[in-house]
Amino acid sequence: MKTLSPGRKRLIDNSITYGIVIAAYIILQIMNAGGHMSPSLQGLLVPICAYITMAISLNLVVGISGELSLGHAGFMSVGAFSGVVASMSLQQAIPSGSIRLAVSMVVGALCAGVAGLIVGVPVLRLRGDYLAIVTLAFGEIIKNIINVLYVGVDQNGIHFSTANEMALNLEEGGMAILKGPMGVTSNVKLSSFTAGFILVMIALVVALNLINSRSGRAIMALRDNRIAAESVGIGATKYKLMAFVTSAVMAGAAGALYAMNFSSFAAKKFDFNTSILILVFVVLGGLGNIRGSVIAAALLYVLPELLRDFYDYRMLIYAVVLILVMLATNNPTIKGFFARFFRKEKEETAKGGAAQ
Amino acid sequence: MIEKEVIVLSLLNNLINGISLGSVYAIIALGYTMVYGIAKMLNFAHGDVIMVGAYICFFATQNFGLNPVVGVILAMLVCTVLGIVIERLAYKPLRSAPSLAVLITAIGVSYFLQNSALLMWKSDPKIFPKFFSYTDAEGTVHSGITLFDGQLTITYVAIVTVAACVVIMIGLTLFTGKTKMGKAMRACSEDKSAAQLMGINVNTTISMTFAIGSALAAIAGVLLCSTYQTLMPTTGSLPGIKAFTAAVFGGIGSIPGAMLGGILLGIIEIFAKTVNTQLSDAVVFGVLIVVLLVKPTGLLGKAVREKV
Amino acid sequence: MTMPKREPTKLVEVPSPNKIPERDIDKTPILECQHLGIDFGGLTAVNEFNMAIGRTEITGLIGPNGAGKTTVFNLLTKVYQPTRGTILLDGIDTHNMNTVQVNKAGIARTFQNIRLFSNLTVEDNVKLGLHNHIGYGMWSGIFRLPRYWKEEKVAHERAMELLSIFEMEDLANAKAGSLPYGAQRRLEIVRALATNPSLLLLDEPAAGMTPSETAELMENIVKIRDTFQIAVLLIEHDMSLVMGICEGICVLNFGQIIAKGTPDEIKNNPQVIEAYLGTKKEG
Repeated sequence: MKTLSPGRKRLIDNSITYGIVIAAYIILQIMNAGGHMSPSLQGLLVPICAYITMAISLNLVVGISGELSLGHAGFMSVGAFSGVVASMSLQQAIPSGSIRLAVSMVVGALCAGVAGLIVGVPVLRLRGDYLAIVTLAFGEIIKNIINVLYVGVDQNGIHFSTANEMALNLEEGGMAILKGPMGVTSNVKLSSFTAGFILVMIALVVALNLINSRSGRAIMALRDNRIAAESVGIGATKYKLMAFVTSAVMAGAAGALYAMNFSSFAAKKFDFNTSILILVFVVLGGLGNIRGSVIAAALLYVLPELLRDFYDYRMLIYAVVLILVMLATNNPTIKGFFARFFRKEKEETAKGGAAQ
Repeated sequence: MIEKEVIVLSLLNNLINGISLGSVYAIIALGYTMVYGIAKMLNFAHGDVIMVGAYICFFATQNFGLNPVVGVILAMLVCTVLGIVIERLAYKPLRSAPSLAVLITAIGVSYFLQNSALLMWKSDPKIFPKFFSYTDAEGTVHSGITLFDGQLTITYVAIVTVAACVVIMIGLTLFTGKTKMGKAMRACSEDKSAAQLMGINVNTTISMTFAIGSALAAIAGVLLCSTYQTLMPTTGSLPGIKAFTAAVFGGIGSIPGAMLGGILLGIIEIFAKTVNTQLSDAVVFGVLIVVLLVKPTGLLGKAVREKV
Repeated sequence: MTMPKREPTKLVEVPSPNKIPERDIDKTPILECQHLGIDFGGLTAVNEFNMAIGRTEITGLIGPNGAGKTTVFNLLTKVYQPTRGTILLDGIDTHNMNTVQVNKAGIARTFQNIRLFSNLTVEDNVKLGLHNHIGYGMWSGIFRLPRYWKEEKVAHERAMELLSIFEMEDLANAKAGSLPYGAQRRLEIVRALATNPSLLLLDEPAAGMTPSETAELMENIVKIRDTFQIAVLLIEHDMSLVMGICEGICVLNFGQIIAKGTPDEIKNNPQVIEAYLGTKKEG
């Protein structure tokens, strides 16, 4: 057998990833058209796309850049609320729903990117667990701030307040979009599965192309050995920040997509538990493995839904599955057992191949 | 003049509340910091052990009519066993695994405890009894010392909490400094394989650390619920995160650091609450970020220079 | 391209406390350290380190364990900031520079405990050395602009050319972490060379190598110097290597220079013998 060059192998690998996503989209669309899809699953399609994008985005930070972030939902939150504010205030100016959705995702991505830059500059000076705790803290702070924020729009423009809805001083015909702890209550839903699919594809292209480029190599080099990377002239701050901000931008777009799927939602949706949920997708999918993130996010997001019959027990089962998978993939004894098992199988197929 | 007195008294009141809340954080943070020191892992399930401890004490005293002291001891025993079992089943097989894998497992254990509690004890909040109060002959309930014509109240819970925290802190310092097991713990946190070569049983030592941490969590759970009086399956998670923050704030791995971080965090939180209730958590975390940016290893943490 | 074999250079006393090789005496040395020193807490790890290296000279830095040799490397590459003294690289003071800037200015190094990007391929490791010589940015990478394809092709060819120094082209697709020990050490040298340095620092390049591997390495170090026309400063415990290829040797003990000179001078220096073998007991 001829061994493949890494470039060729990478091309095949990436094509498989794109192929899986495209195939899943087509199959689900056909199922949907034929009416073979339960309403509950239909309702999950957009959130799944948002969470897949979140997993790809977090994998850039945790897997590729090697920095543990426990507050990624914060960027999703920034994207969600800024995206909704953009969409609601442009309701008159842009009548087309899909253009408004695109605008809201771009605004969400940009705002989250700015938040990523503000958070990243100080945070990336820290290392390891200290970095993790500060990202956690930033996630909570973002949630808290949005919780006290009131935003409204009238013909004079956008109004902000931290007191209450009255303090917005909206003129007649104006509308309060974000109402503090109540969140957004009258959003116009615009998200569609196709929009979600496009976002996932864009996120995949950006992530995979970034990883296999000069910048991506530098990011991974800093992860593998920071001192060695600096010794060959690779500046840590620039590339760590590049990964962090790119990731925040993706999370912002995903947040906007997610938000535009609901008519009402509040900041507490994007709390520590959401950050952890995304982290679980990334770790179970394999650190640095983008395709793994996509698959893990899709399966694990649907899993509690599949366990609907065991409603009371589903989170318990989820917890047990999580622990068992971590034990099975990381304990040397158990891992060795599986490795032997698979090797045997591989050898047998190899023998079969040679005989032909 | 009177205005000034009122301000001073309210400041004092807040300070007392802050120290009391901070002492609970400190006790929880001690558990985090000890486990981190020895196992180099963030035990996210620690907050939920607090919740289990509080439930055990609640049922022991309310359903079986046991004396609160017996209730606390029972809670400590159950949590100790729980801590050891969790360590043996979930963490020990992953001792050589990457730290992220252990972190996710800890999160799994946390979900497991919360959802087991939800199934067993339901989601409706339990009203936790006021342990630290007495009813006098006239039938009035006294739950604290009142000073300055009722303008300043020091609850018995606050006194007990602070006293417990100080006793635990001194006890732990003596334990790690003087006893054989304590020295073994410090040896293991420096270098596990070297400790093993010196004849220290690393597994027993780690189990012991989890046992102590979990017993402390039980105490913290009872104190926390005596202060706030509500108990739910999710009671432990936010104090858990805050206590973890406190441990990092003081310098994770350091026992005095956990104590200092916990108390400072409690005081900051209470004062922030008087200014803006909704933003108090943001203030707490904001202070944490500032401290870490100025002193990247926490207040009392030691910087480790990487050998090149 | 073959370079004419050059005569070994000799270190001579000059009016400054530094020694500059005779051959390069009319040029500025590539590296000049003046009164260099660093304290860790109260402990002085390196003190009064004065040395100059000619532009195409192979110099050895030797001394017993714990003498401060690697600390000197860390000072030169700014892993540690010196407490005292000046480092002049090609006449330019490096005191404002960090590790990254020092590398861009022309110092590349290897590490005593190998520091490769072990999850990446051999070729990627070399390309990381070429990082600052590959001319496209993040956007060209993400959108796969023509520039990306052009520059990556050039980088690939250059990486292969560099790997051919140690005949490692066949290993280009292997993971760096899976290479045998000796190959990892060689890869580190290739990666350092890829940054296009004017001074190459090698920290125990022969550690863990067999005698035949060491012999090959010696030839290769000389070959690298000759083809790239750069200076090499190496730390090594293997005296056959040091005495075999170094034109000047500097001996360090307890953070102080105790001797400088040619291999022959160092061999017979009583202070050096004392540092390595200890003092003779009286009586």
